[in-house]
Amino acid sequence: MAPALVWLTALMVVPCALVLALAFFRRGIYGGIDYTFTLENFGLVFDPLYAGIFLKSARIAGTATLIAVVIGYAAAYATAAAPRRWQPIFLFFAVLPFWSNYLIRTYAWIVLLNREGLVTQLLRWFGYTGEPPSMLYTEGAVIAGLVYNYLPFVILACYAPLSRLNPELAEASRDLGASAMTTFRRVILPLTVPGIAAGAVFVFVLSIGNFVTPALLGGGRFQMIGNLVYDQFLTANDWPFGAALAMALIAIMLLVLMAQALAADRAAGRAAEVKADG
Amino acid sequence: MSEPRTLLAIDDVSKSFGRVTAVDGISLDIRENEFFALLGPSGCGKTTLLRMLAGFETPTDGRILLDGKDIARTPPNKRPVNLMFQSYALFPHMSVRANVSYGLEMERLPSAEIRSRVDAILGTTELVPFADRKPEQLSGGQKQRVALARALVKRPRLLLLDEPLGALDKKLRGAMQLELKRLQHEVGITFVIVTHDQEESLVMADRMAVLKDGKLLQCDTPHAIYEHPADRFVADFIGVMNFVPGTASIDGVMAASGARIAGKVPPALSPGAAAVASVRPERIRLFPSADTANRTTGAVEALAYQGLDLQLHVRTPLSPKPFLVRVTADAADRRPVSSGDQVELGWDAADVRIFKE
Repeated sequence: MAPALVWLTALMVVPCALVLALAFFRRGIYGGIDYTFTLENFGLVFDPLYAGIFLKSARIAGTATLIAVVIGYAAAYATAAAPRRWQPIFLFFAVLPFWSNYLIRTYAWIVLLNREGLVTQLLRWFGYTGEPPSMLYTEGAVIAGLVYNYLPFVILACYAPLSRLNPELAEASRDLGASAMTTFRRVILPLTVPGIAAGAVFVFVLSIGNFVTPALLGGGRFQMIGNLVYDQFLTANDWPFGAALAMALIAIMLLVLMAQALAADRAAGRAAEVKADG
Repeated sequence: MSEPRTLLAIDDVSKSFGRVTAVDGISLDIRENEFFALLGPSGCGKTTLLRMLAGFETPTDGRILLDGKDIARTPPNKRPVNLMFQSYALFPHMSVRANVSYGLEMERLPSAEIRSRVDAILGTTELVPFADRKPEQLSGGQKQRVALARALVKRPRLLLLDEPLGALDKKLRGAMQLELKRLQHEVGITFVIVTHDQEESLVMADRMAVLKDGKLLQCDTPHAIYEHPADRFVADFIGVMNFVPGTASIDGVMAASGARIAGKVPPALSPGAAAVASVRPERIRLFPSADTANRTTGAVEALAYQGLDLQLHVRTPLSPKPFLVRVTADAADRRPVSSGDQVELGWDAADVRIFKE
């Protein structure tokens, strides 16, 4: 316990406290920090320009989450339905991209989506002769990159409850007169929601603060909160404002995580209450 | 009395999984309103047969006729047949009431009718106080009743029960056997139960089928099967039986010891063939009268007092295994025996069953 606490304090609490403290100071005229207390930086976060970037980031992260959940759940479902001996192999392929570097994986998408990249070549091979489609440096490319990178989390998170589901539950539903679709909607889906929620929170939290993917696949002018924070620290030299933005981002992530923890806790609490009662 | 109507006809049904034949050419008739048991050791094909009746497996061969209509390829949600799963398979995220209502909602019945039918079945199964509970808040016996109510509320033509009492402890199982019988009588639905417990099917079934290695060995009333087993396996599987190996003669079996066991020899068994004579423990008398057809002596090896009766293990020259003899408490009081005593055993030729070895 004690070593873990030391570890956590040194690597988490202290750096976060430093960044938090930074956010309450003024920016020096020539960069650097002017150590006079102010709340201006937090006010600026709500400036329409920056609030807009927050909203855009949330929208992109939300879209990526939605797509990743749909694809990831389907992949997890197919894996759980496959013969038992194939399941570990499918899961191995699902997490295989993790063995390579995040940057390299994201660069691969540039090769794919380039003006004369693989996708365009494929189209040409099918007889397409027009202008190459502009896919790289768009919001779509950023979303594709985020979905691709975080999909394995959703697959793993959804596979766990799906593989534990008693197959007789689905059979019972069919036996009682439900179609396959109704069985999915009323029995399988509700019982695997915790996995979906866990996977979705993962994708959302990692996506909303991401800055590598928007920088590489969104082009230089494309900004999400992560890029904004990066710019404040490394380009604009406005550390206090960068710190305030980072804190706002951390607050959003904490809220999402807390909401999920609360929901999970409530579900567990209900179960415990029920046991004590019975 | 008119011949009871056949509800379900299983007509030469087979099911293979790859090279494994789970069910091998079984034909059976199940009658309207009867309590029918499919009995056999694990791996005998009884569960596969049940799953074909429910619609979860399709026969490789043969027909399944319900009211004369072939349902072998009808999906499970389109047959008037319901299955009570061995694991009960209650929906954990739904209350007892929601579990029971589910099947009626699938039929798109008006909500008032759903409500009244669910209320009625919850009353019959004594589940009214638990209607709002979740399955995890219920005891094993209560879960079993919910599973039963959920299937019965659909008023199926046929209710299938897969080892329904397997998860319950012994005492509860006895009570539930009678409860199931009572319910079946009350709702007037044909029950087909799968079990590996021969005692259970003897108690509950009107008729039963004994299966082994995917084949049907015998189908009859419990009494007929117990008293006249079709072969040595059935004789051994149902109840307890004493076996004397030997060779067939015209009017009995010659044991290896030279003794002759008198009994009716089945016509298919020619004299000199390897055969086995058998007798139920309760048909054997201690210290029989002199005119008893079959007599032997032996030493009492062990005694087991069971309240109602006394079980003796008697070592005789007739068989390598000791004879099992059941003596009523009454008879045991009149002439007490103890371990090590030499006793005389006797039984009538009419109580002997002879099988091919």
